[in-house]
Amino acid sequence: MEVVQLLVSGLANGCVYGLIALGFVLIYKATEQVNFAQGDFMMLGAFVCLGLTNAHYMGLPFWLAAPLAVVIMAVLGYLLDFFVLRHLFGQSQTAVVILTIALGFVIRFVAGVIWGHEPQTLESPLAVGDFNLGGVVLGMADLAVIVVTVLLTLCLYQFFQRTRLGLAMQAASQNQMAAYFMGIPVKRVQGMIWGLSGAVAAVAGILFASKGAIEISSGLLGIKAFAAAVIGGFGSLPGALMGGLIVGVIEPFASYYFPAGYSQIAPYALLLLVLVFRPHGLFSQVRIKKV
Amino acid sequence: MRIHFKTSYDHDIRLFPDLWSFGVYAALLVIAVILPWLMDDFFLGEVTNVLIWAIAGLGLMLLTGQTGQASLGHAAFLALGCYSCIIFMEQGWPFLIAFPVAGILTGVVGTIIAIPAIRLHGIYLAIATIALSILADDIIVLLDPITDGVSGKFAPMITIFGIEIERWTTPDRFYWLVLAITVLCTLAYRNLLRSPLGRAFAAVRDSEVSASAMGVHIARTKAAAFGLSCAITGLAGALMGFYAGAFNNETFSIVISITLLMMIVIGGLGSIHGAFFGAVVVAFLPQFLSMAKDLVGGSSVAIPGLETGVFGMILILFILFEPMGIYGRWMKIRIWFELFPFARKDMFKRQKSYLKTERLR
Amino acid sequence: MSQLLEIENATLKFGGVVAVNDLSFSVKEGEVYAIVGPNGAGKSTVFNLISRFYDPYAGALRFDGQNLLARSADAVADLGIARTFQNIELFDHATVLQNLLVGRHRHRRTNMVQEMLFTPKVRREEERHRAAVEDVIDFLDLQPYRDKMIAGLPYGVRKVVELGRALASGPRLLLLDEPASGLSVEETQDMRWWIDDIRKQMGITVLMVEHDMGLVSGVSDRVLALADGAKLAEGTPAQVQSDPAVIEAYLGTGVV
Repeated sequence: MEVVQLLVSGLANGCVYGLIALGFVLIYKATEQVNFAQGDFMMLGAFVCLGLTNAHYMGLPFWLAAPLAVVIMAVLGYLLDFFVLRHLFGQSQTAVVILTIALGFVIRFVAGVIWGHEPQTLESPLAVGDFNLGGVVLGMADLAVIVVTVLLTLCLYQFFQRTRLGLAMQAASQNQMAAYFMGIPVKRVQGMIWGLSGAVAAVAGILFASKGAIEISSGLLGIKAFAAAVIGGFGSLPGALMGGLIVGVIEPFASYYFPAGYSQIAPYALLLLVLVFRPHGLFSQVRIKKV
Repeated sequence: MRIHFKTSYDHDIRLFPDLWSFGVYAALLVIAVILPWLMDDFFLGEVTNVLIWAIAGLGLMLLTGQTGQASLGHAAFLALGCYSCIIFMEQGWPFLIAFPVAGILTGVVGTIIAIPAIRLHGIYLAIATIALSILADDIIVLLDPITDGVSGKFAPMITIFGIEIERWTTPDRFYWLVLAITVLCTLAYRNLLRSPLGRAFAAVRDSEVSASAMGVHIARTKAAAFGLSCAITGLAGALMGFYAGAFNNETFSIVISITLLMMIVIGGLGSIHGAFFGAVVVAFLPQFLSMAKDLVGGSSVAIPGLETGVFGMILILFILFEPMGIYGRWMKIRIWFELFPFARKDMFKRQKSYLKTERLR
Repeated sequence: MSQLLEIENATLKFGGVVAVNDLSFSVKEGEVYAIVGPNGAGKSTVFNLISRFYDPYAGALRFDGQNLLARSADAVADLGIARTFQNIELFDHATVLQNLLVGRHRHRRTNMVQEMLFTPKVRREEERHRAAVEDVIDFLDLQPYRDKMIAGLPYGVRKVVELGRALASGPRLLLLDEPASGLSVEETQDMRWWIDDIRKQMGITVLMVEHDMGLVSGVSDRVLALADGAKLAEGTPAQVQSDPAVIEAYLGTGVV
């Protein structure tokens, strides 16, 4: 029973990691850029929703505030690409990595000024109630996280397979030059992908905040989600989700079976092991380029 | 514009292209040496801090600026250098032995870590080094018997040939010690740049295929860069330990890693000057911000995240508008004055460069 | 003249595609040997086999009697094989001089510690390297660009710098991958004289891939025509150009 309980709570956490990782992978696939601020996007999305819905701030009903927060984050993502990242075209990957890390700092500072550094709880209807299924206690929020993640992944999958925009995004991700010649507005598509990943981050943030308190430094979760994305394989959306679930599940088990101090190492140790022993499983890169 | 008439191969090998620049750097060194008589102890401490950051910056610059490998985990090597130096001294080793040995040890560990890491490209290396930096914090706690974990350690007194050196009681001596190490590290760095290994670093950075076609062993060169970089960083870490006086697992956090990388980008990747310029920004930004806050009559309450936020903003502006960093801007201004009034705006136009990824589509 | 480079029954497959098919040829010491063929015939792939960027599926590669397959890419350079690339692979953020000096890397005799201390030995070695590089700069008329960054140089000059970098290594065999592609008529003419001088004055064997038949017939002793990774014809430039199989591969069937 305990094992099942650990598994369930791990899965719920893992879904949040998976959602953040999904944002990384979306952007990486489309632009070969890595958004190290994705975790901070998540945090920002949560706080935007919190600012809209909590009685202390604007007091809008949750079911209005949540979609609004998602839209705001999508617009923010698009604008970010439009004003900042588009101008980095042609600079090295490292420059983008450093830039997005700096962006994370800036987001944390601004969010800290607006919402303060105290942990806050989102007044979310998802946050109330437990289910008891034969001895396994499952929080309403946990259930919501799992359900929403599965639904969102399915939606994204359908979006990429069925819609014109989704197909254009895929094309742009696979070969920018060819997509450009086929008449796909690559730059605008990239902007939309940044918007989409902003929206996904907002969903992740709202769900995360429903599970417990949120604070400015929650954005650092992004690093763990990034590890998840690498573990799962950086190239694919399902891979990102799987990696998130793996990391999410490992954590409660590690803290249950290992002595204190070792448990928080587990995801990173796993990450390093994967990078050392199975780098080819993760790469779509070939070591030597064509000359 | 000065024109150099070259009469022997030594002209290109010399440390300074001409007497003028030799004079400038000599004057700079003289000022640096007599600084303790020109400044009060507080500012001397700040300058010492700049120099220590500059050494760490040189370490990372060798790896990122010269060899093109971004590391977000160099705080781990700062920590290793710091802990090993101070633990050696606690075992009774004199500073003059413990300090270089700590550097070498850090270099060796760095090389060992590099062996799997150098197979990774770009972001994979970045995430691996981030993991390293996070793990270092936990490992220090786990190695409590050696490292004293969360409670941390205190830096002992440095004694060199009977002269006692300590950060607070003898800030001038500590400053001179740091200055000497800075000069030595800078010289070693400069020497590398004018010899085959330094050129091999640049070759690996710009084109791995043609570097190996020219006989450069890619893995070995990257490992050498990693090792050297970590060794210099380790030395800086030890000095940071002495500067701080006390340190624990949280002293060398991931934020330090990131700050270090941002610092060399702001300063200007690929140049020695860049490490120093960046160090000035990092070390003086907190003072500058607190002065600015006083100026606008703000409260004395600390705003959390202000420093990193402003630092991040500065970095974003630099990457967008001056990717060559402060050094790049400085060079442009210098050339403008040297050519005055003949400088044209389009001389400084950025060469359009396209991203070369190693990934095959 | 002895055989300097021998390729025996080399085969290379990319997935299911056969890029080089049971190819054998040899290059004699002191000659200029050209490989021609339509796009995708596997010309550059042959170079990448020799530089050990690709592993052949089957076959043997020997240089001066030594097995190339036992060596890694960087160790091939140590034997005295230098090359240029079809799409110019220079070190963009370094000066022309520094690029040429990297060509001297295979002659490095000092270690890391000596170089950090810049011992007298390092200085002596540096002077030797620089003397060799200055000779190349003089030979290729690169003085105006000596201290310029590669990133700002025009295409034609980069092409010459790449040739210079290969020459600076003091090779026995020089692999030139399309030395004249993208060059103007005048630049191609210069390239032709340089290749002649490289062979005659420096005694370096040249193996080149080239489309420009004017250049090929002007400088090369023997020509190998490739199609679909296999040998089509081999012989003097005149022989190969009049070979019916070559004409067909270039012009297609149906042309009389």
